[in-house]
Parts: sequence; structure tokens; C-alpha cells
Amino acid sequence: MKNRKVIIDAEGFRRTVNRLAHEVVEKNTGAEGIVVVGIRTRGDYLAHRVAEKIEEIEGKKVLVGCLDITLYRDDLRGRLDQPQLKSTDILFDIGGKVLVLVDDVLFTGRTIRSALNALMDLGRPSTIQLLVLIDRGHRELPIKADFVGKNVPTSKKQEIKVLMSEVDGEDAVYVTEQD
Amino acid sequence: MKLHSRNLLGLEGVSKEDLTLILDTAASFKEVLERPIKKVPPLQGKTIVNLFFESSTRTRISFELAERRLSADVVSFAASGSSVSKGETLKDTARNIEAMKIDMVVIRHAAAGAAHFLSRVVDANVINAGDGAHEHPTQGLLDMYTLREKYGSLEGLRICIVGDILHSRVARSNIYGLRTMGAKVSVCGPATLIPKEIERLGVEVYHHLEEVIPHVDALNVLRIQLERQQSGYFPSLREYHRYFGVTKEKVAKASRPITIMHPGPINRDVELSADLADSEHSVILQQVTNGVAARMAVLYLLGTSD
Repeated sequence: MKNRKVIIDAEGFRRTVNRLAHEVVEKNTGAEGIVVVGIRTRGDYLAHRVAEKIEEIEGKKVLVGCLDITLYRDDLRGRLDQPQLKSTDILFDIGGKVLVLVDDVLFTGRTIRSALNALMDLGRPSTIQLLVLIDRGHRELPIKADFVGKNVPTSKKQEIKVLMSEVDGEDAVYVTEQD
Repeated sequence: MKLHSRNLLGLEGVSKEDLTLILDTAASFKEVLERPIKKVPPLQGKTIVNLFFESSTRTRISFELAERRLSADVVSFAASGSSVSKGETLKDTARNIEAMKIDMVVIRHAAAGAAHFLSRVVDANVINAGDGAHEHPTQGLLDMYTLREKYGSLEGLRICIVGDILHSRVARSNIYGLRTMGAKVSVCGPATLIPKEIERLGVEVYHHLEEVIPHVDALNVLRIQLERQQSGYFPSLREYHRYFGVTKEKVAKASRPITIMHPGPINRDVELSADLADSEHSVILQQVTNGVAARMAVLYLLGTSD
């Protein structure tokens, strides 16, 4: 039997995104030169929300793009099921920009490694900063986030599920456990 | 999502689901081709041999570009100047190449069934780049991709393939693929160049362009091999052009614009008038661009599946 525990509810979700957006603005002293890129699928929705919030705070338009990292995965071969390849949609030049890379959960760090390689093939941002909603630990690569919504120490048996209203009908983060 | 076969030998029998997967994947690769750095890493460490027993410029360059843009190691081979001219059989050539630890083989051969044969004797993934008058599946896919890009869907789309259907592998791959995707396909050409019983493939047959033009969305105009005239399939190029050459005047009879496709190379003012080939309704160069994306999709899906 799986038991499921809410760690962030809809209200908490909203507050966390607000705080993250403020932190981005604080660290970069404004929104100047900031572009936000989310990793498909939920990182993309999260990126839009963070960008909207930054726009609200600073009154400036923030460009948003989304990145598909499938082609850069290190586990592309040897999987039983091929992941469906989708498109990268970054319709602006990332060269010289402060690029805030957004993903929902930071775990082994392999997704972020793939994303960094994919971004380097698209241009040369002046800085890349990493923003994640949940950091659940268990890193396999030397990668650290600049902005973290919530640190959730987990065991490897646990699973973190981020739900977003755009795809899942509600905003919430659950941790589920096999017992 | 995964293809149901480890080779691409033809479009006959390929399911709608698999065709859709290939076309969707090609759309993603089209975006890669628009980037400043047009190279992605999924086939890193894979070695691909292009075995071209028949001359080809476009298809070979297209495959090579697709392979290199997926970061594969590529070896190309042309029949002239190779051991084939010393009498080596296809089987021996293939076995020798395989002994060099190759992952994928792209083959173009004058004999129908060459790719099927190869797939039975080697372990590498085999992609048919044209076998005799049988199939040219990646051409079929890029034609389908081009039409889908323009019209959004292939369902119910009406396409007529014009010209030498008898000797055309492009026609067969188009018929199989388009029919599976729900398009309505017809063929038009002189009776000598239409195979008997082609209706069994589910196509309508016309012998007059004027009859078919009012009822189609796109014309896929095939190249007329100039040597066919000597074999007596039609009396003269001028006569062929007069009856089956696609011209501005003839397509003007349709109530709406007709998309013009051609697999290349074009004999200008024989099967297709020059002004039409260069007109806004021609997607001939888009077909070439899409060819790289479609081939990348096939190589990627086969090359990362095992």
C-alpha cells in the first residue's frame, strides 16, 4: 500500500513561487537581462509562473523558453521505453543573458547536466542559475541549486510527485512511500 | 514510445502509430536544424555505414548530414571504385562491413529487396534508401511530413502522383504511407507507365491530368528517366510534356491552389514546367530540408531503441 503525504498544498505552492521570484530578483538586483528557461514538462509551467511573478515585482517583461533534454540524456539507450522527443522552444538569443534554469525536482543532478549541455549548444549565457521547487537530495553529480523552494530529505524508496494545475488539475507536492 | 521494427525497409505494413511517431519526432528535429549549432548527441559512439550501390547525390548527402547531426560516426561507400566492381557479392560486402562492428547500415541498391536481404544477414539496423522499383521509405516519410506540415493533417488529403509509376519506388512508398495515414491517393500517367492492377493498392488511376487536377490538394510529380523514351514507353519528351507535363496553365483549372512536390532531380519543362517549380505553391525545397529532419527521426528512433 502506498501512503501519500502532502508536503506543499496549493497555498504553499503559491507562496513558494512568490518567494523564489523575489530571491531571483534580489540576487540579480532587478530583472535586467534575466531570461527564464524551464525543463519540460513541469519545469516549463513552473518557469512561466516564476517569470510572471518577476514581471509583477519588477514591472518588466521577462522572456520564457522551454527546453527538451531528451537528446542529451545519458540513459537514452538501454531503456525499455524511449521517451517521446519534444521540441525546445527558446525563441530568443540566450547569449550574454542571466539564464534562470527551472525544474520541479532536483534529484541525481543528471537532468540538470543534460540541460546544461543542451543550453551550451544554444548559446553562451553570461550566467546560468538553477531554480528548483524541491531538492530531495541523493546527488550523483556535483550540482547545486541557487534557489530552492523546499529541501525535502528523502529515502530512495520515496517518490516526490509535483502536481501543477496546468496538467494535473491542482497545485501540490506529495511524497509517496512504499511500505 | 518505440518503433515496432528494428529496421526501416519500407512503408508497407508500417502502422499509423509508428508513422505518427516518426513524423512527430521529425518535427522536433526540424527545430534542431534551425539552431545555430545544428548538432545533438544521441547517436554518439554509433557507427553508420552508407552503402550506395547506385548513384545518388541528394539522398546520400541528406543521410550523411542527418547522421552527423546526431553525432554518429559515418562511413560512406560508393559502388564504383570498391570491391563490388571486383565482383564481391552483397552478402560478402555486408558481412565484411559488419565484422568492423557497425551499428547501422543505410543501403541504396538497384535490386528490389536488397535491403530486406541485408537485414536477414546482418545484425545492424538496416535502413532502405531505395531498392530498385520497390520502396524508398524515407522519401515517402519526408513527402508525408511536408504535406502534414502544410495542411496540419493527412487525413482526407487528396494527393495525385504523376508520371512514371511503373519504375518508381517513391510512388510505392508514398502510396503505402499516405494511405495508412488516411489520405486519398491517385496516380496519373501514360498507360505504359502505370503498373497493371495498381488499383489493388487502393489508388485511383487517371490517364488525363485534366480529369484529376480539379479533385486534388497536391501533385507529387515524378522524374521522367530520359532513357525510358528509348525503351518506347512514350514517343517523345515533347509529347510527354504536352500530355503529362504539369504546367501553370493546367493547374490554373483547379478552384484553389495546388501544392507541387517533386522528389528531384527535376527535368525542367519535361515533367514539370520551370515557372511552376519555382512558384509559391512549390514545396520542392522544403521537401529537401524536411528530408534531413525525417531521416534524423528514423535514425534516432532506430539507433536508440536497443
